[in-house]
Amino acid sequence: MQKTVSLTVNGKPVSATVEGRTLLVQLLREQLGLTGTHVGCDTSQCGACVVHVDGEAVKACTLLAVQADGHSVLTIEGVATGDTLHPMQEAFRNNHALQCGFCTPGMVMSALDLVKNNPNPTEREIREYLEGNLCRCTGYHNIVLAIAEGAAVMRGEPAPNVYGTAAE
Amino acid sequence: MYEFNYHQPTSLDEVARLLGANEEAKIVAGGMTLVPTLKFRLAKPSDLVDLVGISSLRGITDAGDALVIGAMTRHAEVERSPLVKQGIPALAALAHVIGDPAVRNRGTIGGSISNNDPAADYPAAVVGLGGTVQTTRREIAADNFFTGMFETALDRTEIVTAVRLPKPQAACYMKFKNPASRYAIVGVFVARTGGGVRVAVTGAGPCVFRVPEMEAALARSFTPDAIKDIAIPQDGLNSDIHASAEYRAHLVGVMARRAVAGCG
Ligand SMILES: Cc1cc2nc3c(=O)[nH]c(=O)nc-3n(C[C@H](O)[C@H](O)[C@H](O)COP(=O)(O)OP(=O)(O)OC[C@H]3O[C@@H](n4cnc5c(N)ncnc54)[C@H](O)[C@@H]3O)c2cc1C
Ligand code: FES
Ligand code: FES
Repeated sequence: MQKTVSLTVNGKPVSATVEGRTLLVQLLREQLGLTGTHVGCDTSQCGACVVHVDGEAVKACTLLAVQADGHSVLTIEGVATGDTLHPMQEAFRNNHALQCGFCTPGMVMSALDLVKNNPNPTEREIREYLEGNLCRCTGYHNIVLAIAEGAAVMRGEPAPNVYGTAAE
Repeated sequence: MYEFNYHQPTSLDEVARLLGANEEAKIVAGGMTLVPTLKFRLAKPSDLVDLVGISSLRGITDAGDALVIGAMTRHAEVERSPLVKQGIPALAALAHVIGDPAVRNRGTIGGSISNNDPAADYPAAVVGLGGTVQTTRREIAADNFFTGMFETALDRTEIVTAVRLPKPQAACYMKFKNPASRYAIVGVFVARTGGGVRVAVTGAGPCVFRVPEMEAALARSFTPDAIKDIAIPQDGLNSDIHASAEYRAHLVGVMARRAVAGCG
């Protein structure tokens, strides 16, 4: 079954012809060339593919492109403003919150979803929210620090040294 | 993934027509179980009938002594709902520990109970609270709805429309989760209701089950100590790389005592 879908991606209207079985992540990566959204597993568990649909974090590998028809999708490519990184991206950079960077787009999209629901999360809340985002490099410590910093900056507070530098 | 036709009907009549006309058609709700199944080519439906366009299936209403939760209500909505937090806080807490936030943003209560995964969380709440499943044809008591591993009382063209859950006097769900998948290795839902105490166990066996001995003991004395000597037979319990049947049997007792203590 071929179907033409029309959706908003990073604020711009797009149309594409997809099959029933085309995944949203395939539409984004293979048809729209937005390769910032990654695929790290085939079991819906790793979170490398997290994007926002109508403002909510979802796994783009577990959503059909036809299910996004008429909806608004935000990917990592739409997070920065021009050359200026979003405070959450800047916080990942500041805190060395990545090594290979494969999980990072999903981490940032999940972090933004968390902050939307909970602008001032505790360390525990951050760790719990990342249950669906696997990082095979960093051990999560700096990711948690980055999200706390990104959240603080988004609340309008100066970038803090949230938990100190000692290991938790 | 095999190819299929995708439909997004806007009425239950149209859903019934599509399911009737296509023997190999399947319902999709949140897709959090079905899409992974399709990706592994473990199912080959000719047609997918998406329930997302049927607005009457979504939402939570307060029916006085019970909450009625539409089949398409997402886990994240149950988790955050003020009605649920007030009427059945244990249910909001249960929804909060399903999978991860992105799964909870899509997965639905109707999909979870229709799928009846042996390790799913909602079946424990629906049986533990003595709920009723409302379908396009009838009302089915929770005790008769979950019939076996991935099996329910539903006919192929019958759709869950809502779940009615009586508000308990107190309830608590305790889950020992698989750290990788977050599904329950063992989860126990304990509820004190007007009709007595109910104890429902998920994850341990092929299908959610009640523990009548614990219910009777807790009806006499609602304390963790009242059930400390009740052993769960390991016969017929699940045994896999994550946990042996013996370990699961032990966990049922531990989780049940914690749930009783958690009822406060
Ligand atoms: C990474 C991951 C972790 C998860 N962890 C957990 C967990 O910890 N605990 C847990 O309980 N679950 C867990 N799940 C499963 C999740 O809760 C699913 O959302 C749920 O099992 C199915 O709901 P769905 O709405 O996504 O249904 P779908 O996947 O759309 O459908 C599932 C099945 O039910 C049928 N169906 C759907 N709705 C209806 C209806 N209204 N009437 C009749 N039939 C219907 C479909 O035809 C299909 O066969 C996890 C899933 C993932 C991907
Ligand atoms: S690619 Fe792993 S969850 Fe989507
Ligand atoms: S930085 Fe390599 S997987 Fe997270």
